Amino acid sequence: MVDRAVSDQVIALADAIEAKAIPGIVELVPTFRSLMIHYDPLRVDAADLKAAVEPLLGGKGAVSHRARLFTLPVAYGSDFGPDLAEVAERTGHSQDDVVRLHTAVTYHVYTLGFLPGYPYMGDGPEELSLPRRESPRLRVPMGSVCIAFRQAGVYSLESPGGWHLLGRTPVRLFDTRRENAVLLAPGDKIRFEPVSHDSYASLAEAAAAGHLDIRPTGVPS
Amino acid sequence: MSPHAFRVIQPGLHTTVQDLGRVGSQRLGIPVSGALDSLALRAANVVVGNAQNTAGLEIAVLGPVLEVETSSVRVAVAGDGARLTVQHTDGSSREVAALESIRLIQGDRLRVTASTGGSVAYLAIEGGLALPPFLGSLATYVRGGFGGLEGRALAAGDALTLVRGEVDSRQELRLPGFDLAPVSEIRVILGPQDDYFSATAIRDFLSMPYTVTQDADRMGLRLEGAKLEHAKGYNIVSDGIAPGSIQVPGSGQPIVLLSDRQTTGGYPKIATVASADLAALGRVRPGMVLRFRSVTVADAQAARRSLEARMANLAGALVAVRPEGPDLERLYDANLVSGVAHAHDQDTWRHHP
Repeated sequence: MVDRAVSDQVIALADAIEAKAIPGIVELVPTFRSLMIHYDPLRVDAADLKAAVEPLLGGKGAVSHRARLFTLPVAYGSDFGPDLAEVAERTGHSQDDVVRLHTAVTYHVYTLGFLPGYPYMGDGPEELSLPRRESPRLRVPMGSVCIAFRQAGVYSLESPGGWHLLGRTPVRLFDTRRENAVLLAPGDKIRFEPVSHDSYASLAEAAAAGHLDIRPTGVPS
Repeated sequence: MSPHAFRVIQPGLHTTVQDLGRVGSQRLGIPVSGALDSLALRAANVVVGNAQNTAGLEIAVLGPVLEVETSSVRVAVAGDGARLTVQHTDGSSREVAALESIRLIQGDRLRVTASTGGSVAYLAIEGGLALPPFLGSLATYVRGGFGGLEGRALAAGDALTLVRGEVDSRQELRLPGFDLAPVSEIRVILGPQDDYFSATAIRDFLSMPYTVTQDADRMGLRLEGAKLEHAKGYNIVSDGIAPGSIQVPGSGQPIVLLSDRQTTGGYPKIATVASADLAALGRVRPGMVLRFRSVTVADAQAARRSLEARMANLAGALVAVRPEGPDLERLYDANLVSGVAHAHDQDTWRHHP
């Protein structure tokens, strides 16, 4: 159902539409396997818009040229990742193995939603695939790094949530003080890198002061 | 005393700064927000001479009390049954009807009596509010903590800084005949996932009454009525959400998504409200009964175009407010012409010749 090639096609279509600057389009929202086109019915007729977009469909799904790779530091386990032990137990791995598996993958940002700046990412290792928690938590701290099935996410704000919490990143995916309040965009690539709880603390302090500057570390091939 | 401000004496139940929404950032998961009843905000802005998308205050249920801490300011309120009560420093007071401008001076206190017919009222302020926009908009999104005044509802003691510290004395204006009453028939376009529902569900949705429950907020309205049977389950791969999307979770009870809706969602959407009817839907209250009528995309576009043609000419419909004595037009508005006195409008009654 969720497929990276389809996601690449969706994002490529969004890029193609944007490049054409079709009048009347208000904004584009790429999601897992569809592209939402918000348009102004005063400026363009739905039928005309359809006719303008249709020739752009069926693009080869080239990876968006704007794709960036970010590496997010994560403090795993203990209070930072209260579900790490349970995930390890239920999947039959050691906690270290869970961390190893979780950090071995380059994740793809399919879409942003649920919270401002919240990335729906895939595709995590099959070995860690678990359904959502039976009872969602009422408060998941900002920065929590989580998984459900083969999806991965990072809470961009404190919120209720039902995914398994493995750790926490000091990087703020949503920060209204920044020029780009939202760090990630659909199509970006993410890697997680384990850091000690001590370095988490100093990075978190910098983030709280607005000094933690996270830049893309390179464009993945 | 801070210059150029309204001081919030009482914040009201849930008063937020809203404009016509934060468009352009939904791909980043940022909801559009903005006025639930965009027509009311736009009309109030026209009455005070603002551009229609100027941010004002959205007022729910219980209105705020504000004190003028600048030399002068011009305001107007909009909403079905909304009005202003102005208390002057000499102790006198006066009532101002909806969609009528008034100039206030330093020390005046203003109480907004929220809408008695709909769920929201708006206060427009000439020149608007001097607040920092976030991603191009002043709309408050309380869940995300951004927009408006510090991303929250007003609190007692807040200073609302104004763009204009004084406004000219001029002829006050009002907008007659602009109806902001909630409507019960809502036009919808079926889809995008109407194929997820049984034929019975589609028939029920388009023929049965649905009641607005207490679970109604800026995010959406939970409705209650005939249960809508899913034909293919109730989980879809999350996709984009339009303003007025009507999603149906496992309960079979529809939820109409309004200004603070999330940008994406994973429940099948049986229909989408025609944009021309969104503002009317934004003002419905719990307990009201809605009926949905299916229209084509072409019909919905035509309805929106005719609405916008009227909105574009709104300033031309303004009439002068007479300072003293009976105002025949207002007497007609108050139904005296048909022999029915407007019992609530004591002044009109007294001045009737």
